[in-house]
Amino acid sequence: MAKIVFEGVRKTFGDFTALDGIDLEIESGEFLVVVGPSGCGKSTLLDLLGGLSTPTAGRILLDGKPVTGPGLDRGIVFQQYALLPWRTALGNVEFGLEATGVPRRQRKARAREFLDLVGLSGFEDRHPHQLSGGMRQRVAIARSLAYDPDVLLMDEPFAALDAQTRESLQDELRRIWQRTGKTVVFITHGIEEAVYLGQKVAVMTSRPGRIKEIVPVAFGERPGTGTASGPQGEELRSSPEFARYRHDIWTLLHDEVARAQQLEKEEASV
Amino acid sequence: MSTGTDTAVPAVLPAPPAPAEEVRGSAPAPRPLPDAAPGHADGRPARHPLRALGRRLRALALRSAAILALLALWETAPRLGLADPTFLPPVSEVAVAWWELLRDGQLGQHTWASLVRSFGGFGIAVLVAVPLGLLIGWYRPVAALLGPLLEVFRNTAALALLPVFVLLLGIGETSKVSIVVYACVWPILLNTISAVGNADPTLVRLARSMDLSTPRLFQKVILPASVPAVFTGIRLAGAVSILVLVAAEMIGAKAGLGYLINASQFNFAIPQMYAGIVTISAIGVAFNQLLVTIERRLSTWRVPS
Repeated sequence: MAKIVFEGVRKTFGDFTALDGIDLEIESGEFLVVVGPSGCGKSTLLDLLGGLSTPTAGRILLDGKPVTGPGLDRGIVFQQYALLPWRTALGNVEFGLEATGVPRRQRKARAREFLDLVGLSGFEDRHPHQLSGGMRQRVAIARSLAYDPDVLLMDEPFAALDAQTRESLQDELRRIWQRTGKTVVFITHGIEEAVYLGQKVAVMTSRPGRIKEIVPVAFGERPGTGTASGPQGEELRSSPEFARYRHDIWTLLHDEVARAQQLEKEEASV
Repeated sequence: MSTGTDTAVPAVLPAPPAPAEEVRGSAPAPRPLPDAAPGHADGRPARHPLRALGRRLRALALRSAAILALLALWETAPRLGLADPTFLPPVSEVAVAWWELLRDGQLGQHTWASLVRSFGGFGIAVLVAVPLGLLIGWYRPVAALLGPLLEVFRNTAALALLPVFVLLLGIGETSKVSIVVYACVWPILLNTISAVGNADPTLVRLARSMDLSTPRLFQKVILPASVPAVFTGIRLAGAVSILVLVAAEMIGAKAGLGYLINASQFNFAIPQMYAGIVTISAIGVAFNQLLVTIERRLSTWRVPS
């Protein structure tokens, strides 16, 4: 049975249809990337899955049960980090654990463990304003992982970072995903990011948002678990296979982007 | 620090190296290059205590210079005949009058009367306005509904309503404390409402995504996020509490610093009048300083600006 199932999901805001006819299945432990032009309803899709809003029509199943609201079985990582600025890095990770009823003493130890997992040992007592953007997002990822959700929902988490930090966090995320076996739904507008991270890339249309095509991405003997031995990083990014995937998705997206821009222009001139 | 300049320095500077250069040149050599935690401040040597003291004294001198200049002007202007000493006695005479008032207990008595009214009213205002503001701010439609009305009240000078208060509550303590409460409530209330409204929506979304209950969301997110803006309101209210009280005490009171100032002027005890004014301003500054200190304690996490 699939971990997550979207069945004919539609979401409207007044007259505006954000999503329509979304049918999607995500297997347990899968890394799915959703890519689409800006304003295509990617974030709405994540909100629905996170239980922050409800679909106008259709339903979303998680482990076979309909999603009715937010829950700790899903962890969201936001683009704007969403760290509590008055708490230290450690305190922010503990924040996630406070909702779960883990005893206080264990919270601290667990929070340390997860900061260590994202490579932030030694920064426990820093406040968010004392950390770089990349470090902040690491804290946010540690927070979401700490309360051990089955599904990690990531809403353009690396979009605000510079290119190098983004690439290193992408590697880090893949490593964490391989180690923890979480199901990941990752939203992005970056094609390279989608190809690099995803096992499957769902390409969306714009207005209303639909799934245009799902592209499975596989790179030969790319390491499945444990220590990496296959192509990674720059080696992978510059391989001909990578370029082919990139081009395929670019082609799928190209028409959508053009259409979205056309729509925006029409709206602006009204 | 580039290695190029490091090697060049000893060549240019022969026998007596400047102490600063010596430290700089020798320090990096024995330390292993890859520092485990970049930016760790722990390893840095403590600043020289004497130099720190000197810097602090200099800062103090700079900060008090303008006040000292004002006092000097106050002393010399009447003595040189630039101002009429009858209406503006030199500051030394005011100081003497202040000391006299302190010794015969009058100053203490009036100050106490004022502080009780002012802090009492201020305290009540904080206790009422902060919870009320949190509540109104949380229910956005309520905030939208009441917003214009609150603006009208806030912008109606509290003292304009003093006659109304006296009419309704008489001339005693009740009306004086009430006018202070009234004047203090608005800045706190409005700041608290906007603090709740301006709480980072992403943080609210985060809390919602973690299925936090509304009371928990309030306790863990909204409340701490609002502290800085609420405190801005509280500080404004602190200044207002003294301002309004003194004016209220000038009308129909038998004690208090406002009364002291007014009565001294009536009796042509001009140095005593200034002594009262100086006391008021000292209390105002001290109170504000206290509130700033509390605010700092509560918001150490803020980005230093």
